[in-house]
Amino acid sequence: MSTLTAAPITAPTIEYGELAPMLIIFGAAMIGVLVEAFTPRYLRKSIQMPITVLSMVGAFALTVWQGVRGVRSAAAMGAIAVDGPSLFIWGAILLLAIVSVLLINDDDHFVAEAAAVPGSAEEDQALSQGGAHTEIYPLVLFAVGGMMLFPAANDLLIMFVALEVMSLPLYLLCGLARRRRLLSQEAAMKYFLLGAFSSAFFLYGTALLYGFAGSVDLKAIATALSTVGGQDALLFIGAATLGVGLLFKIGAAPFQAWKPDVYQGSPTPITALMASGTLIAAFGALLRVFWVALGDLDAEWTPVLWGVAILTMVVGAVLAITQTDIKRMLAYSSIAHTGFLLTAVVATGKESQNANALSGILFYLLAYGFATVGAFAVVTMVRDPGGEAGHLSRWAGLGKRSPLLAGIFALFLLAFAGIPLTSGFFGKYAVFAAAVAGGAVQLVIVGVVTSAMAAFFYVRVIVLMFFSDPAPEGPTIAVPSMGTAAVVTLSAAATVVLGVFPQPVLDLAHTAAQSLFVR
Amino acid sequence: MTTHYLVLSALLFAIGGVGVLVRRNAIVVFMCVELMLNACNLAFVTFARQHGNLEGQIIAFFVMIVAAAEVVVGLAIIVTIFRTRRSASVDDANLLKY
Repeated sequence: MSTLTAAPITAPTIEYGELAPMLIIFGAAMIGVLVEAFTPRYLRKSIQMPITVLSMVGAFALTVWQGVRGVRSAAAMGAIAVDGPSLFIWGAILLLAIVSVLLINDDDHFVAEAAAVPGSAEEDQALSQGGAHTEIYPLVLFAVGGMMLFPAANDLLIMFVALEVMSLPLYLLCGLARRRRLLSQEAAMKYFLLGAFSSAFFLYGTALLYGFAGSVDLKAIATALSTVGGQDALLFIGAATLGVGLLFKIGAAPFQAWKPDVYQGSPTPITALMASGTLIAAFGALLRVFWVALGDLDAEWTPVLWGVAILTMVVGAVLAITQTDIKRMLAYSSIAHTGFLLTAVVATGKESQNANALSGILFYLLAYGFATVGAFAVVTMVRDPGGEAGHLSRWAGLGKRSPLLAGIFALFLLAFAGIPLTSGFFGKYAVFAAAVAGGAVQLVIVGVVTSAMAAFFYVRVIVLMFFSDPAPEGPTIAVPSMGTAAVVTLSAAATVVLGVFPQPVLDLAHTAAQSLFVR
Repeated sequence: MTTHYLVLSALLFAIGGVGVLVRRNAIVVFMCVELMLNACNLAFVTFARQHGNLEGQIIAFFVMIVAAAEVVVGLAIIVTIFRTRRSASVDDANLLKY
């Protein structure tokens, strides 16, 4: 014991400059909390919104600057990896978060008084007084900060903390919808209970891998794979439970059950943020764990992920066909896309092959993220008296009543389906090409078949919108606020540009992926 | 002999996991999740002893903090649902399905 007391304590070095994008977001979140505490209610929104957007823009600018400088290091004593993929993911998450915040900023998505029981006198009073929870801004900032830390975490402890920092605010945000509050609260409870359950699995996996390697550092675990013998039980059970936690977060089958419920029940702007940002962050973390820490174990985990990828694609595409709610359908479509992305994760091999797969995944995530945010932004604008018009039958004939809106929604659906001249085509092409190069031809065949099935239900909605007669008591099309209009325009523009001139972004993803994950 | 502690940790984890799946009250489900987290803590501390480094003990502290934060968020959500529905049963929350 004396060695412990006698050893001098050296302060760790922390590269604040390299971590600055993340620190800005967390700093702004804490300022947001203080604003909630110390400013009068009527001022809060006009303070919170600029803080949120400016900090995200600043963090994005810093991320770009670091990309230009070519930063590539394991910062904070190797705990956080600031490398090409991290920077690309940070940039993508921040862009999508800025767009989502414009949507979140709209007045009538969030509850006036979360503590008031739905349908009670307190709720009516809060509504008539124009109450609003401006806490959503700091909560979003914390969630975005967690999303940035999650894929950059280079040891499993940081990854666990990031997972929680990302998830806890999202659990709360899910329950804050202004209309259909019972659904929203139920979504929050389901997401919370299942999310906590899965993070316990993640943690147990971490514990077992720590027992195996004597460290939670991803690099140390990779080294231990070849040096430690006779501990296979710890290694395999640990890797499996860790995988369960990560697959839950990306929503891969058989851990996909939460996705449709949560996407449907949450306030739509939050669904947009989750469907784009969380998916990107979780994929980054999944890749880092499986490629960096367990890279030499790929002969063992590839067959499992093969099965998971096939199951995810099939479950997503088949169940989406039977859906009658637009948000649920988009949720199942998100599950199918998770499956498509997994095909490239499976296709590991030599370094050049990995870089290829990684750049495909990065491009796909960005393209899918923009189309998703745009699609959910359109969903917020088609309204019934009681809230958004969720049921698909209400969307019949929308193309005749509002051709522009229906046309833009059709564009997003075509991008999901992967039609050429939309961003989805190149994303899918890049991912499937990488999978073929990695020898996963059968997987790609399943992918193409399920893509065709998925195209069926996307096109069905388009047909419904343009070739059916409008219902006499059809939904109203809300006049979009500046923010919503900007979100739809930006997402549509990104979808078209990435579909027509994908080369700059493909090159960027390629450059980011070239160096692979720092070890 | 650290094996016993690992077996105990695995047992606690399994009890927690089964509890989450079979119990119906959201609070009890949530307590089972906490039990799982504590099983992880026991494993961390045991492995720290086995490897002779302090990393596992430090991690246990982090996990406690995270678990405490999770309690705050979780109880907030469950209490809100209870006030609305007068029930904390996970079976009663059945509006979102298929």
